[in-house]
Amino acid sequence: MNISEAGTSEIGELSRAPSVEVGRRSRPVSGRLRRPRLTWGLLPIAILVIAWEVLPRIPAFPGYGFFPPFSETVREGFRLIQNGVLLENFASSLVRVLAGFFAGTAVGIGLGILMGWRAKVKELLHPLISLFYPIPAIGWIPLLMLWVGINDLLPIVVIFICSFFPVLYTTSSGVKNVDPSYIRVARSLGASERQVLFTVVIPLALPSIFTGLRLEAGMAWRVLAAAEMIAIPTGIGALMVKAQSLVRMDIIIVCLAVLSIMCFLSEKLFTYLERKVLAKWQG
Amino acid sequence: MPSVELKGVSRHVCKEVDLRVNDGEFLVLLGPNGSGKTTLLTVIAGLAGHQGSVFFDGVCMDKVPASKRRVSYLPQDLVLFPHMTVRKNIGYGLKMRGDEDAAIQDRVQELVQLMHLDDLMARYPSQLSGGEKQRVAIARAIAPSPRVLLLDEPLSSLDLQTAKRLRTEIRRLHDLTGITSVYVTHNLEEAEELGDRVAVLHSGSVQQVGPPATVFCSPLNEYVADFIGSPNILDCDYCRPLGHGVVEVGCKELAIVVPHEGDSVKRIAFLPSDVYLSAGPLPGPRVNGFEGEVIDLQERRDLVRVSLLCGGNVLLAEVPKALSGEIELEKGGRVSVMLKLRRIRTYEDYRIG
Repeated sequence: MNISEAGTSEIGELSRAPSVEVGRRSRPVSGRLRRPRLTWGLLPIAILVIAWEVLPRIPAFPGYGFFPPFSETVREGFRLIQNGVLLENFASSLVRVLAGFFAGTAVGIGLGILMGWRAKVKELLHPLISLFYPIPAIGWIPLLMLWVGINDLLPIVVIFICSFFPVLYTTSSGVKNVDPSYIRVARSLGASERQVLFTVVIPLALPSIFTGLRLEAGMAWRVLAAAEMIAIPTGIGALMVKAQSLVRMDIIIVCLAVLSIMCFLSEKLFTYLERKVLAKWQG
Repeated sequence: MPSVELKGVSRHVCKEVDLRVNDGEFLVLLGPNGSGKTTLLTVIAGLAGHQGSVFFDGVCMDKVPASKRRVSYLPQDLVLFPHMTVRKNIGYGLKMRGDEDAAIQDRVQELVQLMHLDDLMARYPSQLSGGEKQRVAIARAIAPSPRVLLLDEPLSSLDLQTAKRLRTEIRRLHDLTGITSVYVTHNLEEAEELGDRVAVLHSGSVQQVGPPATVFCSPLNEYVADFIGSPNILDCDYCRPLGHGVVEVGCKELAIVVPHEGDSVKRIAFLPSDVYLSAGPLPGPRVNGFEGEVIDLQERRDLVRVSLLCGGNVLLAEVPKALSGEIELEKGGRVSVMLKLRRIRTYEDYRIG
């Protein structure tokens, strides 16, 4: 399907917008604020929204009655925001993600640096870590319910585990893969081992560290939903479970949308930070 | 500045190497890839374990870590720190030894002027050209006033013109600072231009050490002769200045024009690869163009070595095998000979060699 075939659909409307080109590279727009650039990638989304709005209203549709149309879902989303339910649960989830993610990545980065820098530490810890790394983070939940209890700490620990291992590995390999020539030159210029580590090795390992952070920032939200759904009475995951028991598909979809947006934004945040920190010297 | 002495140093390809670099000397390690040149540099810098001992001014440095030796090592790929600006790269060594910011700034400024880097201070290495990176790397290496400077083929990745200009700058810097320097290269021209002395390495052992002219004119063994390229060496009967930096010298019946300032050329030398042969008459002006008789032909790999009798001198020329057929070389045949003017070395002393 191309634009000319889209006819009078919403896509057709977009294609007639004076400042927007669909399917072509837009000219750079001067000024502080850039207008959003529409591309072919929006076409499937537009089709999905149209189908979502139209199909649930057709009685012959297999999910009829169990699938709220797009407009009703959006309306429910606004209602949940207005009455504070969504924000309250979102805030609980956000605090857990921040606590678990930052604790997990901080320990992961610290230990990863040690493992990448000192072969002895790697030799010591690698077998143990290799043993635990393959266990999925949500696989720990039954055990953690007994050890930690069913409270706020449980999802935090699950997110900690989820963030810790991958960041540990990307940091460790980033540090280990720093070109030894940089280390040799730094030493010959009088840098002590500590100075070499902090002024050369860690900065040069930042691209790897950021890769780990970016991937795990999104993953933390995915794991959070699982932990909250199983064991916790508050949070986005818990709200989904309650909605499921009341057969409120619209609320479930709103919660899924929140999780999707948070995954996306978390990854984008680290992409932005990575670019901000590294772009100037990576050329 | 200290003298550097290696005694019985063994590591990788290097086997019991003995070598001395005098106080303030510029020594060039010359040899093909894999001959152990870089290994010796890393041993002197304290960056590689080894057998044998390294002495600075007679003091054993084997237990002194690299960071305490005050040796600056400039590797082949320069390795400027990509996350630091030019200013921070140059000041790195000073910062690491705890100099105050004001002192660092003064020293960096001094080096920036010396190496003509004024406009590049805020740039990152990824924003520099090859020649600029080279100058920054040299400035960074000498910023902490090292006692010994080690340079590992620093010009190998540059175009010929930039490399030549930087060679002059490196030598000027050495003369200015008097830092004991060891420079690794496989380029004979670089070794001749830079070195006070040249050490020729082969398979991890030192074949010959001496002033460039000595190594060039009187190789100690077959390997050195082969590596240098078995130069033609002719004694001069007279020397007549022609102006503009050239002189005419008489070598038996040949009057050869050579680049030289002054009037005291006693001996000239040029490589067989710098002798041009032609079957017919030579094109253009006949400066350094002669006639010669082929007296011997030897095939060596993809080359033919031609011995010529030319104006009473026996000259050696090298011709690629593919070309030798075109010139129709045969013993007793006559060929036109041209010597490449800029490739002729001149010496003012008979004793060389």
